[in-house]
Amino acid sequence: MPAIEARALSVGFRTERGVVQALSDASFAIERGETLVVIGESGSGKTVLAHALMRLLPRNVTLAGEVDLEGQPLLALPEDEMRRVRGRRMALIPQGAGSALNPVRRVGGLMLEMARVRGLGQGEAREALDGSLRELGLSFQQVAERYPHQLSGGMQQRVVNAMAMVGEPSVVIADEPTHGMDPELVDTTAEQLGMIARRGAALLVITHDLRLAERLGGRTALIYSSYIVELRDTAAFFSQPEHPYGRALLGALPEHGGVAIPGVSPELTQLPRACAFAPRCPARFEPCDEAVPPMFPLPGGGEARCYLHA
Amino acid sequence: MLSAQGIERRYGRGHSQVRAVDGVSLDLRPGQRLAVVGRSGSGKSTLARVLALLEAPDAGSVSVDGTVVTAFGMRTPRPLRRAVQLIWQSPRLACDPRLRIREIVLEPLIANGLVGRARDERDQVVRHWAARLGIADELLERFPHEVSDGQLQRACLARSLALEPRYLICDEMSSMLDVSTQAALLEVVAEEQRRRDMGVLLVTHDHILADHWCHDRIELVDGRVKDARESASALSGR
Repeated sequence: MPAIEARALSVGFRTERGVVQALSDASFAIERGETLVVIGESGSGKTVLAHALMRLLPRNVTLAGEVDLEGQPLLALPEDEMRRVRGRRMALIPQGAGSALNPVRRVGGLMLEMARVRGLGQGEAREALDGSLRELGLSFQQVAERYPHQLSGGMQQRVVNAMAMVGEPSVVIADEPTHGMDPELVDTTAEQLGMIARRGAALLVITHDLRLAERLGGRTALIYSSYIVELRDTAAFFSQPEHPYGRALLGALPEHGGVAIPGVSPELTQLPRACAFAPRCPARFEPCDEAVPPMFPLPGGGEARCYLHA
Repeated sequence: MLSAQGIERRYGRGHSQVRAVDGVSLDLRPGQRLAVVGRSGSGKSTLARVLALLEAPDAGSVSVDGTVVTAFGMRTPRPLRRAVQLIWQSPRLACDPRLRIREIVLEPLIANGLVGRARDERDQVVRHWAARLGIADELLERFPHEVSDGQLQRACLARSLALEPRYLICDEMSSMLDVSTQAALLEVVAEEQRRRDMGVLLVTHDHILADHWCHDRIELVDGRVKDARESASALSGR
């Protein structure tokens, strides 16, 4: 049984400008120990996907589809039960480790609180946290008495990562874990994320950093205008993307010529009932404008939302 | 040529004094794309601000096409300031949140006397640069908080390029943006670089970008130039 599975998950927000369709028909499963990297441009729906899995959504949301955590349906759970699930069995590594730590409390207290939420007793909590921190090159004693601002950015990141690991949650979701980081810090963060997966969590990493995605391995889901358009083995995707948007995106990397994709993505309030990438697509043909393509299986494994593969 | 000789910039006093830039000399030729790479804290952003005449160096001098501008202190005449424009990493911090995108692009043009008072003329100039940067017309009436980082950075680039600077300094211009937005912005910068022989200084921690987009590079370590070299792409005649 996968640690987490989404089936035909769609998320919309009712706003003054109309319904913003932030995620459309997303289906995927992640096993324990496996990594799924979600890439796409800002505004494509990546963060909404993470928040929908944890049901961290505002009141004006409309949800469709299903999310199962180890076989248990999440979307119908009452809020108090969902709170328990979210605290004990799921972990979120938010964007900007520094701002995720309460600035007026010592790091030790913050970490112990997280361990308690995950159901650990006083004694074992300290031991578990120390164990995770040591794997990341720190110790509980080193950071416990300090306030978050007294730690370097790299240390803050390790503290947040250790908090995500404690109590062995089934699912760890990292949202832009390397945003604004130095290349050196990106390297260590990538290693630490790999460690989280190796310890047995299902790891979902949201990023717009294509080089980070390639390093993390596992599988990659490429999102364009609220749709997953390609879902494949990461190495296969980066060696030869099958969706025309994937090809265009990799072509925008400086080492591949740095060619910009012509045009702009459609507003999420006005998504066409057709392929959302068609207006910018060099391979556009008749069926593209007739209906939203489903995910078609690819011969080498994986899927692409493109009629070229029908 | 935008030329820096022996630039030093120190912050703080006494024992806690930091030499952010510690004796850096460099030349940016018209039409050249020069990368300044280095880790955070290496002094590259401080150097960028000194070159853009936004901070006075503690020692050394900056000259623009032969005129020593540091001699003016912080009172550099506007035409000289206009010649060197800076694009910041965070467009949010670089834009007045109370101005519409149209006004953000227009303000320096008015300050430099480059547009008249006629509404039509002003509209035309703003629309021209918005189109060059791929900013949709309806976005011109929005405030910064109503557009994305990528769209706002396009507006910042429009604002600076509209002044037709001789030299453009991009300080981590695209490090927060998507690779496709980065490619779009750099395409416009490259067009201007070729069309008007504009010199571009690209400050970045992305070595791959520096190697592929720039002709030459210098590396800063602890405020000093560690490594200056001509990259292979200089030979490919970009």
